[in-house]
Amino acid sequence: MTALLRAAGISKAYGGVLALSDCSIEVERGSIAGLIGPNGSGKTTLFNMITGYGRVDSGDIYLNDARITSLPPDKVFALGIGRTFQLTRVFSRLTVMENMIVAAHHKERAGQAGRWRNPFARAGGPATRKRAMELLEFTGIAGLAGDRAETLSYGQRKLLELSYVLIAEPEIILLDEPAGGVNPTLIGTIAERIRELNRQGTTFLIVEHNMEFVMGLCDRVTVLDYGNAVVSGPPEVIRSDRRVLDAYLGTAAEEDDDSSAA
Amino acid sequence: MRSLALWRGAGLAVLLAVAALVPLDGNVVLTQVGVLVLLYVGAAVAWNIFSGFTGYISLGAAVFFGVGVYTVALFTKHLNLVGGAVFALYPLGGLVAAAVAVPFGLIALRVRRHTFVVVTIAVFFIFQLMAYNFSWTGGASGLIPQYLNWSEATVYNPFYYTALLIAVVAAVLAWAIWGSRFGLQLRAIRDDEDRARGLGVKTMRVKLTAFVLSGFIIGTLGGLYFYFQSDALPQYAFNPFFDLTVALMAFLGGFGTLSGPIFGALLLEPYLGWAQQQVTNTYAAQIVLGVLFLVVIIFLPRGILPTAGEKLTALRASRQRRAAERAAGPPAGLPVGAAAAGGSAEPTSRSAS
Repeated sequence: MTALLRAAGISKAYGGVLALSDCSIEVERGSIAGLIGPNGSGKTTLFNMITGYGRVDSGDIYLNDARITSLPPDKVFALGIGRTFQLTRVFSRLTVMENMIVAAHHKERAGQAGRWRNPFARAGGPATRKRAMELLEFTGIAGLAGDRAETLSYGQRKLLELSYVLIAEPEIILLDEPAGGVNPTLIGTIAERIRELNRQGTTFLIVEHNMEFVMGLCDRVTVLDYGNAVVSGPPEVIRSDRRVLDAYLGTAAEEDDDSSAA
Repeated sequence: MRSLALWRGAGLAVLLAVAALVPLDGNVVLTQVGVLVLLYVGAAVAWNIFSGFTGYISLGAAVFFGVGVYTVALFTKHLNLVGGAVFALYPLGGLVAAAVAVPFGLIALRVRRHTFVVVTIAVFFIFQLMAYNFSWTGGASGLIPQYLNWSEATVYNPFYYTALLIAVVAAVLAWAIWGSRFGLQLRAIRDDEDRARGLGVKTMRVKLTAFVLSGFIIGTLGGLYFYFQSDALPQYAFNPFFDLTVALMAFLGGFGTLSGPIFGALLLEPYLGWAQQQVTNTYAAQIVLGVLFLVVIIFLPRGILPTAGEKLTALRASRQRRAAERAAGPPAGLPVGAAAAGGSAEPTSRSAS
């Protein structure tokens, strides 16, 4: 079984700072992969390189063994990689429903390839709107469908970002700190939704600082340090790996061990 | 919501009826002013289709206008046309302007915000300089069409109705685009272009399409302007004040809204026409224009119509709140306003349920 998403030997420097140096990760199809590491270890840079928000200096990225290195973001998205951002990015002056429709365009078009389309037809056909409502119900923000996105709370924006990435039905979704700045109840909801989607076949790669969230959710965790993948393995192994404790968990390690025993 | 749409529709119908009747009054000066007003309505609406929807402020609309002016002027001259035949050339002015918009857009649309504004201004001055310096543009003395021997009482009527037609087509087009997939993509670009790209929007193609479309409409109006003014002169065809005026009209009425640019043009162009007749020094009117621009940008950045709409909503909300306050009696503990706001914006309870 080859990996669904593979980054091989990625290096990227910003000015003189090496954000990623010879970094390699693999994400198996149908898994939930975690990516952890201290601040500035290159997690978001790796996301940017994979999704086309920047060009790699060297190395290659493969999706289903097809090379997608440095393709523009719209192409990467069309090939089946969806992502969310650490600081949520929604279209603030569009309504929640309009946000969903923008993300659905690509899929809509694929469904009607070759057919003549009225360029002035109202955006989002009935099928798209129905699907969008289902997804908004799934993430629990259906009641806000008609509201402008700028009126949403931070947590609701996170859910909206997840919802509109879902409407495009990507093969793999990259989540950048889905639990960051979100209240505990909502974190539980988000984790539950991710598990449910994973059961339906969606692969995930998640960057997160919340250890409980990552360790409870992921099948496999990769640790980045100074732009390099230091170690990769199941959560139990990562927890006790000395290099990880040194590089990342520090003194918090003991507390973590306690919670895992419970 | 529905009644609001109905009111808007009724308002537009009345506006259109009045506009259609203006030339029948027989007042030549009124019709002449009307041509310019409608020309600016069309231009502001067209400018808004690109700049208002995408948030890319262009100060290069006069490039399209001037290209339209000179295209029609040159064809009129070389084909030796006069009268109604010249009117048939207006779409050609639009087409050439649209053709210019393609390379213009491919260069300018690579950059954003202030840099984009500067690039559009630079391109504008390049075109004005070309108009001044090529021999086939007539240089500083420009190009003049053959004498139009139509009856003086009604000479402006064809211009008026053509301008009205273009303005209406532009407004209908803007309205149709707004709710369409294309319009939604433009507005997504305005809110967060990179995110839109990450959701599969081919941003360059979408921006360029709007830019070219906007250029086509403005180019058509340029063609009309040439024959209406009976000359193509570099300083009027490629006029920096055209750029400022069109942008100001859209900002004044409501940047990025559908009715805002129409409203802004209807308000501002009669004033400018009047101001130019009041003062012998034409610069005075332009200085006032500049000051007005600053005032609008600073105090009414979203335009009259959206701001007024907000004020109205706020007024209605406060009135309702006061009514609720009276009904509920004196508030216990929390101020009523805060309680109401908290109730409508509680993020966790709703999303977790």
